[in-house]
Amino acid sequence: MNTISETRQKSLLYLENVSVSFDGFKALNSLSFVVEPGELRAIIGPNGAGKTTMMDIITGKTRPDTGTVLFEDAIDLTKKDEADIAQLGIGRKFQKPTVFESHTIWDNLELALNRDRSVFATLFYTLSPEDEARIEEILSTIRLSHRKDELAANLSHGQKQWLEIGMLLAQEPKLLLVDEPVAGMTDAETAETAELLKEIAKTRSVVVVEHDMGFIRELGVKVTCLAEGSVLAEGSIDFVSNDPKVIENYLGR
Amino acid sequence: MISGFVFRALEGKIVVAIAILLVIAILVPALNLLTPPDSALHIPTYAVSLFGKYLCYALLALALDLVWGYCGILSLGHGAFFALGGYAMGMYLMRQIGSRGVYGNPVLPDFMVFLNWKELPWFWHGFDWFVFAMAMVLVVPGLLAFIFGWFAFRSRVNGVYLSIITQAMTYALLLAFFRNDMGFGGNNGLTDFKDILGFPVQADGTRAVLFAMSAIMLAFCLLIASAIVRSKFGKVLVGVRDAESRVRFLGFRVENIKLFTFVVSAMMAGIAGALFVPQVGIINPGEFAPANSIEVVVWTAVGGRGTLIGPIIGAVLVNAGKSFFTGAFPEIWLYALGGLFIAVTLFLPKGIVGTVQHGLKARKAMKAAVEAEKGRDEAAPVAQAQAAE
Repeated sequence: MNTISETRQKSLLYLENVSVSFDGFKALNSLSFVVEPGELRAIIGPNGAGKTTMMDIITGKTRPDTGTVLFEDAIDLTKKDEADIAQLGIGRKFQKPTVFESHTIWDNLELALNRDRSVFATLFYTLSPEDEARIEEILSTIRLSHRKDELAANLSHGQKQWLEIGMLLAQEPKLLLVDEPVAGMTDAETAETAELLKEIAKTRSVVVVEHDMGFIRELGVKVTCLAEGSVLAEGSIDFVSNDPKVIENYLGR
Repeated sequence: MISGFVFRALEGKIVVAIAILLVIAILVPALNLLTPPDSALHIPTYAVSLFGKYLCYALLALALDLVWGYCGILSLGHGAFFALGGYAMGMYLMRQIGSRGVYGNPVLPDFMVFLNWKELPWFWHGFDWFVFAMAMVLVVPGLLAFIFGWFAFRSRVNGVYLSIITQAMTYALLLAFFRNDMGFGGNNGLTDFKDILGFPVQADGTRAVLFAMSAIMLAFCLLIASAIVRSKFGKVLVGVRDAESRVRFLGFRVENIKLFTFVVSAMMAGIAGALFVPQVGIINPGEFAPANSIEVVVWTAVGGRGTLIGPIIGAVLVNAGKSFFTGAFPEIWLYALGGLFIAVTLFLPKGIVGTVQHGLKARKAMKAAVEAEKGRDEAAPVAQAQAAE
């Protein structure tokens, strides 16, 4: 009996029996899901499986009808809104790359930097040497140092994805939720993104939602397959992809 | 901290614009007062008041641009804040009339005597005092914007829905101020002003000073707006405009950001209204008309939203056009205004200033590209040498 509370205590993110429905459609059906500190986890599943809804619930965009959502075993995320949750240390990358197109790459990162975000603090903010160093560091991580003064609108699709990941890094999150990071990327970019995420996961937990099985194989991590709002299978990529239910619901289609 | 905030505001074009406004603030009154009426350089008093009016409109457009151009909130009710500032000033000017009204009542303004009121309503107290009235010029529009914004932004009313509510807000105020028992002069509003700070409102000298104050306040608000826009807060504002959810997921409280900007903008609009009223000599509920607020949007769009100079140029140009057309061809003015908005939307979506800026940038980029092309042959060995190291 102890195992459940132990899992909970150790967890960074803990979802138990989470359900939510929209107009009678059950987007999540008593979903339970645990992420440990420092874990890199991949999530797969057919369209409508509830992957994005799950992220919406974790980041406070949607409230669950029932269920428990805990961060670090203490903080009830269902009581918080997006800004609170972001400040707690959960970063989110959207499916469609969302960066500030009319700002330079540098400014995008400066805005994302984990500093006091109140109105007056931002009005009187001046760039400190530490902040500058941190931005430079992130720029080199996401391989955009040479384009830092260009507008984000001028970046390619793949580079925008990276910039968004860079912005998440600037937030210094404990947990990173990444929705389809390699959609629309070339093979070379996909491989580089896998490296980047592995690098990031060394210092924090990362949850990646992805359709690209090759990419997930490249990540080589524990995989959770969702279908119809709950967990279908969980384990290594080989284990999950050989599961008959997964083949029937997702891979076989 | 504060000095950094202000210093950042003084970017090239803004310094030039502020300098021009300050020169105008001195030059126009000087040419009006110091030159003989038959001199070629003489600016007649009616023109001083007319230009002063344009400057007030420019300030109103600047205020709107702060929320619309930078934060993406299309307010179709900014005329309400302008009118409220105007009413606050109007109430002060009414109190200055004293017993010189038609009915000669030492306490009550004429319209209250006419309505058979026996004493001054509570909300008229304090307006004898200039400082109090000027505080109300900021407080009343600011408070309305705060209450309105508090509810609207917290419940995440966005886009066209928000625009419609702002329009409803100014319309509701229009209807309210039309009522005689509101205590603001009803249909006729407040007029027949005599003095401001002891100086006769109609006098040339007073008008010149009011003009100068309009130019100075516009320059001051331009400085504030520039400081806001160029701070990190300003970058967040543009972020809210372009990708609101991203800002939210970065941990910013979008509702507070919008609320702050909306209140600052409403206060600027209030200042514009307060300077407008003594120069035109009247404030009535017509200033709350929804069409007025929409006109402000047109000025801003014509000049270039999302630029600070644009709305100023737009407001002055469109209103100068309006003065000309309504004098020369009164029946076509509204068509011209409508046509102008359509033409700008179709052909100059960035407005005048936005298009010029865009053109300059494109030319610079082309030059840079040509330079790079030329320099490539010379630069190549250097790059190779660096790579070899």
